[in-house]
Amino acid sequence: MTRIDRSRLPDVGADPRFVFPAIRRHTLANGLRICTVEHHNVPVITFNMQVAGGSGADPEGLEGLAALTADMADEGTGALSALDVSDALSRIGADYDVDVGGDATDFSLTTLTRFASRGASLLADMVTRPRLPENEFLRVRQMRLDRLRQLKDLPSAVAEQTFLRLMYGNHPYAHLAIGNDAALRRVTLNEVVSFHAGAFQPSRSMLIVCGAMTHDEMLQLAEGTFGGWSVVGGSVNGERVASEIEPLVGPATRLAVVQRESAAQSELRIGHLSTRRVTPDYPALLVMNAVLGGQFVSRVNLKLREEKAYTYGARTSFDWRRGISPFVLQTSVHTVSTADAIADSLAEIASVRGSRPPTDDEMSLAKASLTRGYPRGFETAQQVARSVSALSLYGLPDTYFEEFVPKVNAVTSADVVDAAARHLDPAKLTTLVVGDYSAIAESLRGLNLGEPQLHAAGF
Amino acid sequence: MRTVPTPVPIDLPFTKRTLANGLDVIVHEDRHVPIVAVNVWYHVGSKNERPGRTGFAHLFEHLMFEGSEHYNAGYFPPLQQAGALLNGSTNSDRTNYWEVVPTSAIDRALWMESDRMGFLLPALTRERFETQRDVVLNERRQSYENRPYGMVMMALSAALYPPDHPYSWMTIGSADDIRAMQLEDVQEFFRTYYHPANASLVLAGDIDTERAFELAQAYFGEIPGGVRPQPVSNGAVLLSEQRLLLEDRVELPRLYLAWHSPAMFAADDAEMDLVGDLLANGKTSRLYKTLVYDLRIALDVSAYQSSREIGSFFLLVATAAPGHTLTEIQTRVDDEMRRVKDSGPSVEEMERSMAQAEAHFMYRLQTVGGFGGKSDQLNAYNVMKGDPGFFAADLSRYRNATRDSLQAAAQAYLPLDRRVVLSVIPRGQHALAIDGSTAVSVS
Repeated sequence: MTRIDRSRLPDVGADPRFVFPAIRRHTLANGLRICTVEHHNVPVITFNMQVAGGSGADPEGLEGLAALTADMADEGTGALSALDVSDALSRIGADYDVDVGGDATDFSLTTLTRFASRGASLLADMVTRPRLPENEFLRVRQMRLDRLRQLKDLPSAVAEQTFLRLMYGNHPYAHLAIGNDAALRRVTLNEVVSFHAGAFQPSRSMLIVCGAMTHDEMLQLAEGTFGGWSVVGGSVNGERVASEIEPLVGPATRLAVVQRESAAQSELRIGHLSTRRVTPDYPALLVMNAVLGGQFVSRVNLKLREEKAYTYGARTSFDWRRGISPFVLQTSVHTVSTADAIADSLAEIASVRGSRPPTDDEMSLAKASLTRGYPRGFETAQQVARSVSALSLYGLPDTYFEEFVPKVNAVTSADVVDAAARHLDPAKLTTLVVGDYSAIAESLRGLNLGEPQLHAAGF
Repeated sequence: MRTVPTPVPIDLPFTKRTLANGLDVIVHEDRHVPIVAVNVWYHVGSKNERPGRTGFAHLFEHLMFEGSEHYNAGYFPPLQQAGALLNGSTNSDRTNYWEVVPTSAIDRALWMESDRMGFLLPALTRERFETQRDVVLNERRQSYENRPYGMVMMALSAALYPPDHPYSWMTIGSADDIRAMQLEDVQEFFRTYYHPANASLVLAGDIDTERAFELAQAYFGEIPGGVRPQPVSNGAVLLSEQRLLLEDRVELPRLYLAWHSPAMFAADDAEMDLVGDLLANGKTSRLYKTLVYDLRIALDVSAYQSSREIGSFFLLVATAAPGHTLTEIQTRVDDEMRRVKDSGPSVEEMERSMAQAEAHFMYRLQTVGGFGGKSDQLNAYNVMKGDPGFFAADLSRYRNATRDSLQAAAQAYLPLDRRVVLSVIPRGQHALAIDGSTAVSVS
């Protein structure tokens, strides 16, 4: 046995070949689009139904309606009561989940392939034929109101909610999917019924089936189960298509604070509205974000955590939507370090597009970590279904997965600087602090961000 | 027409060998995606700490990411450069570390992982130590101090176990202990616990078994084996019901009921897991249906067996709906507990549980790496059971459970007169706690 040479790190070999999943598309007579993807790993299958109209479709004053409607899917359907649905799901060991995004709602059901047919028909019943009974509606609405009340004590939730409001003002993206107290109290069953009738239509939906079956088998199953979903026509009363509405961006609030008495840490959000997910600059923005704060070895995390120990971790990201999306730095820092952490964060954001463009080493690290790790995201049927669902949401081509690595590798440092100049503007940044204002007010003044705007932790 | 296939056998095949220095090496092949999972368990956790030094095992885990003698510029950069995902975690019983790398980077991952097993201390400076000590204090603030109900498990641990029992403190440790830690403490800890004879390595994924053993021998074989530490053992019993209250910055009161229960993989451990499902998993479960769905006196309810090496606890948690009291909740919970003990689960309830157990064991075979992936499971079985092949036997524990065995376990381990009853209440509102509760404080 040769002794290991510890004087130098082993090189990484050539990237292994990976065949990305092939997507087959069909459109049923009722307008429902179907994607099938074979995934022969373990005998598991995932159904993902994407319905256009997420929280961004909530009519004004009825924030939370889309999420409440989605939540009602498993509260009874056809001959099955809410309890029967729960029983039926557990009898096939199903993993059922609903994700209400800004632009669409995804219903996902995973089960063993031997229960594929039962799983598909349960999902069809829940999504296309929910009973929407009054008593369950009142219960679910009350649970959501109670949940809102609890969120007031959760600093990260308060920060999310307040930050969206600061970013979007009156725009339909300006709220969390769960909505707010006043709106939820206003929602009636009629509105849920009509939202469902308007939004849950085959022509607005896409079913992704991914699992250990052949394309033909999956298509046959999808057609047999969802082919009878009838077209009703009509639309959602007062529906807003968030992605098509330009946010009215006034002068940025430089500094905002939500008071949280004697908080051990300050929860921070620093960002501004940037661009849409579908932009030619996307690969350059991915690389820029990786350098700045998108991974452990990034400027923001190394500075705030590894050098200064202000926090357990800090990161930056784009909260992607179809419409204009925010860029945001998020972290939670020791109360006494609040102002210092903000100053360092602002400086890092400003310098990546100015005085300190990414170095060759940083570019290489960011691109390698984004591309070499890419196949890892295609291990489970759920992961694949989710990725295909994102293609559909953003209208990306089926060749997207194969093109990802070459596109990221083609990004140059100049591309990153250009993209940052277009989509990152230190002068427009809003800094939000959820923390103990009385303890940090004095130090915040030293940031020269002006008097802070004070907000209540209300939902 | 397609025919319905017969159920596929659920199994997790592997090969295990032990190197001369005592390191267990376990290999599992799965060629679906060109990635390899590297997973290392050290059989040390907060149970190996002593009072006054709590939180040490976890702080040490942080230091393992700061670099080692032959690559002294942080653990992350060369692995991120290779496209790896990596992390680590500490609990009461063990510390684990993992990388998921493209097949092309397996040498680099093993070089890094073996370098910190064999050559950590030369790279450790006082400055790095002190920085990570502060990072951990911030982790504690973020995950416990600044989170609703975040301090509850500290109060519960202290109530369930006497002060000299290593489960009486949480893995994160006390803030005072963390502040008092010294660089010098690290040396001894590393020598005692971080060596091949106290570790287990799994390579899972796109790798040939023989090649994997060659690599393991090449990278880890030169590290001297140490003395395997003595197992920790300590018993704890509750002789009566302890009623406690804890104030917190919360809107709604929450009730916690806790019992001692059989250790991980001991007889009735799986039964207690299933009792948790019976009580609170899904709308049709006993307590969800009663408390949340029918009566609406609780916003949520959960019940689970927290399996640990030298003794587990069973925990039941319910948050009061506005306008309802913890006493109402406790009365209903106790009624339901009596019913479970009197007549056990129904046939339908057992059928549901079995279907779910079966499916969840299958779902566990989907990923090779990360927390809970196949590599992590093989190490869990190897370290805790001495047998990486325990996967199939583990599933059998669930398949073999019966209505009678669940009923008997509930009778044996969930006495209503020997448990901890903890009321968490909004600050200053002591009247919302269960009658007769004594205030406790944690920091």
